Amino acid sequence: MIAFPPQIDAWFSSQGWSIHPHQSAMFEAAELPAVMLIAPTGGGKTMAGFLPTLAELANGEHTGLHTLYISPLKALAADIKRNLRRPVDEMGLPIRIEDRTGDTPQSRRKRQRADPPHILLTTPESLALLTSYEDAARTFKGLKRVIVDEIHALAESKRGDQLLLALSRLDALAPGLKRIGLSATVEDPPALANLLARQPEPCKILLADPGPDPDIAMLETSEQPPWSGGGGKYAIPAILNEVQKHKTTLIFHNTRAQAEIFFHNLWLANEDSLPIGIHHGALAREQRERVEAAMVAGKLRAIVCTGSLDLGIDWGDVDLVIQVGAPKNVKRLVQRIGRANHRYNAPSKALLVPANRFEVVECVAALDAVKARDLDGEPRGDGPLDVLCQHILIRAAAGPFQAEILFEEIRSVGAYAGLSRDTFEACLDFVATGGYALKAYDQWQRLVQRPDGQWQLRDPRGAQRVRMNIGTIIDSDKLKVQLKHSRGGRPLGEVEEGFAATLTQGDTFLIGGRIVKYQGLREMVVEVTREQGRKPRVAVFSGTKFSTSTQLSDRILRMFRQDSWPNLPQHTSDWLALHRHVSKLPERDRLLVETFPHDGLQHCCAYGFAGKNAQQTLGLLLTQRMETLGYHPLGFVSTDYATLIWGLDQVDDPAPLFVRENLTETLEGWLAGNAVMKRTFKNAAVVAGLIDRNMPGGKRRSGRQATFSTDILYDTLRKYDPDHLMLKITRQEAMRGLVDFGRIEALLDRIDGRIDHVALDRVTPLAAPLFLEVGKVPVFGSAEEKLIEQERDALMSAAGLE
Amino acid sequence: MNEYGFSFAGSHLAALPSGALYWPEEKLLCVSDLHLGKSERMARRGGPILPPYEARETLAKLADDIQTTAPKTVICLGDSFDDLAAMRALEDEARTQILALMAGRRWIWIEGNHDAGPVDLGGTHLDAVTIGPLTFRHIATKAGVAEISGHYHPKARVALRGRSLSRPCFLVDQARLILPAYGTYTGGLHSHTDVLCDLMGGDAKAILLTTPPLSIPMPR
Repeated sequence: MIAFPPQIDAWFSSQGWSIHPHQSAMFEAAELPAVMLIAPTGGGKTMAGFLPTLAELANGEHTGLHTLYISPLKALAADIKRNLRRPVDEMGLPIRIEDRTGDTPQSRRKRQRADPPHILLTTPESLALLTSYEDAARTFKGLKRVIVDEIHALAESKRGDQLLLALSRLDALAPGLKRIGLSATVEDPPALANLLARQPEPCKILLADPGPDPDIAMLETSEQPPWSGGGGKYAIPAILNEVQKHKTTLIFHNTRAQAEIFFHNLWLANEDSLPIGIHHGALAREQRERVEAAMVAGKLRAIVCTGSLDLGIDWGDVDLVIQVGAPKNVKRLVQRIGRANHRYNAPSKALLVPANRFEVVECVAALDAVKARDLDGEPRGDGPLDVLCQHILIRAAAGPFQAEILFEEIRSVGAYAGLSRDTFEACLDFVATGGYALKAYDQWQRLVQRPDGQWQLRDPRGAQRVRMNIGTIIDSDKLKVQLKHSRGGRPLGEVEEGFAATLTQGDTFLIGGRIVKYQGLREMVVEVTREQGRKPRVAVFSGTKFSTSTQLSDRILRMFRQDSWPNLPQHTSDWLALHRHVSKLPERDRLLVETFPHDGLQHCCAYGFAGKNAQQTLGLLLTQRMETLGYHPLGFVSTDYATLIWGLDQVDDPAPLFVRENLTETLEGWLAGNAVMKRTFKNAAVVAGLIDRNMPGGKRRSGRQATFSTDILYDTLRKYDPDHLMLKITRQEAMRGLVDFGRIEALLDRIDGRIDHVALDRVTPLAAPLFLEVGKVPVFGSAEEKLIEQERDALMSAAGLE
Repeated sequence: MNEYGFSFAGSHLAALPSGALYWPEEKLLCVSDLHLGKSERMARRGGPILPPYEARETLAKLADDIQTTAPKTVICLGDSFDDLAAMRALEDEARTQILALMAGRRWIWIEGNHDAGPVDLGGTHLDAVTIGPLTFRHIATKAGVAEISGHYHPKARVALRGRSLSRPCFLVDQARLILPAYGTYTGGLHSHTDVLCDLMGGDAKAILLTTPPLSIPMPR
């Protein structure tokens, strides 16, 4: 074993700590080009990542930047600065540590470029910005190490792709740079390691002792869960009881809207006035910071939250995690459970609360998966091209470049290792000229090629525009919500513009757990006043809605094969047994389709278990085919496990509905004009730099007659330039995102034509809850025009016209 | 035809779904804010490089309206070009297309705030024009009577069954009529913004560009 520098050794002994095996293993692997450490929360993971850095800086000889630390959250960077400062000071090491995020003052940021600290803590966006400056080479000169924290979280989004592209730049600026990745437990460590490593170099994977199994169970309630819906309101007395019994409880919800409703109801039932807070991404920063501070100070007994608390900030003494609603994904559940108890080698305690009867089955399946340490995850596929286009722009902002060299750099990134030269050239052409079939703007190209073959910005002032638009997180059009008349207008949070548009004066809605009354819109700010008691509407938030993972769906289907279900509560096993009696239970390699009349309409229910997004797409495809075949569908509703369609005529043979042939064409045809595509296009267009989200001078793209909707660009491109790169990117993104066509194809592969059609005279037990689901989709061709058509008379008479 | 007929300052007018205004009595077609060359201007200024198809799209729409209404007079109500350089940079094809549309009819270019000054296409260039009871100018004036203008690119938002629709629209009250922007790459200004609320009388209507156009009380 390699000896630690004496200061570090002495410090550990002075704390009465021994160095964890994975910490010394990290130290021994310090000379490798890439190492990834997978360790549970509380395992001293961050310290393990920094040990080689501290050892190398101990002698005080290094000048300039030595280690770059990147985390997905600004708050985490600040948190690590505090947590690192103390041991470094106590060890007496001569190390300068600073953070740099969007919140860092301009003057300090400028100074950091010229005179960087030894250790700089930052985020992927701030790093991308740093690499866009002409002096990037000087800033990063001598850089030895880069530590990527919570890489499992970054790897799931475009932020990770952007980060790794930025690292490929750093490799060029500081050859020999070593990479360290820190990750929570994941299902496929080699895949993550492959993302981290500079291709084709290897990446060593270190697995820390995962610690004892979590203490996890389903919450027992005297009330039975309802047949449908989310939120878990029925369990509130039992949850309050648990909160009483613990020091600090995190209560996770899958969506912001559910968190808001739950928090509201929790307060109505909170007779002992336990201090309970709410935390989610749509709340104003001030609101979130207040909750975070109260939490760190130990003043809160419980926090109702969403994924915004998923990442590893140390919030103090959490000793219970409650997950309300099916976890949808085992990996995320395990990571959430890890939030309880930050002490290493102590079991985390967690409770699952199914929000409805079907989720009981899903929760039990998830519990089994956690016990079996069987995690899930979907392969991410090739690196997205919109992020690549932005990377080319960032590279151009930093100065002239050779296309060949940039291409090779990009191919050293795992997600882009398979990038073809043609695709790269198409992206470069898009960035340089717009890439249109009609060659225009010759003299106004964005990038031009110099006589020596290097590419550069035509107008160097364009660099500022590039910098202002760095990033891959797209805010949907949101409006700030503020209390009217309060001095400076205290911000409460944000709602989607579309939701705000449906409000009329006097409407009440929930935000930050309080009921507010809509007063009006002033300069794109929603003004509200406080309101007591009235039954509120729920604001629409654009938080991600996850689909149940393939692995978890498979477990549920496996559970259906059991003869009886002693592992399920009686009410749920009775329900499944009854369904088996009157129909049959869905199977993994077959597709169960039930048809039955109900309430004067014919119904058709397909149990695809493909996840909500894919089932939704399936609903659109099936209804379109039913329309053609003359079944007159009227509407459908989808959940993670089934799609229920209703219409005028009975489906006598469902097989033709699921024929593979022309399915993609049907989809493409339907997709082209769909709002999902337009939204996807808008996001990709912003990331790829086709349109600006920020303009110099701080002007935002909203509320001005000079700006126009990206829908117009989408329609124009489709009409005049259907093969344009942006449309290709849009199709790719939609297929793997909201449309989730991949899972429909996987379903069709799996069932391979084996369809079980059960025709019944009444609704079945498994199908019944679907009738209570919200989110029913009416079937009509051009939705908006039709809507206006239907509402025309009402509107006309409201307007006092004929 | 899919039009919405209404009466303004004693004249019978029709709002077309395209955003054009037709005055049958005078066989007059009026369009506003074509903003031809907008994508060229944005690229020239170092901004985004947008799909360069907006001029042909806008002109194709205008050609359709001219074919349907066969007007004797066409008034372009200002901001026809995004700026003078954009007009000069117009591709030959678009130029030819415009000349073909102008042939055989009276064509009036009203000056806008974007394209003030002489234009090297034919037609009449005016600051404002009065025909019969109606006055056409680019920007509405506070004291205007029977005045038809553009400039603001009005649009209106209505909430329908929890869904919100935003459409370009005409705004009309007793004294003035404001046309929506006709150009492809044009955004809009919501009717509920202060400047439009101040300008328009309390009884103002918004005529939304649906097929056919739909008149509602102006959302404020």
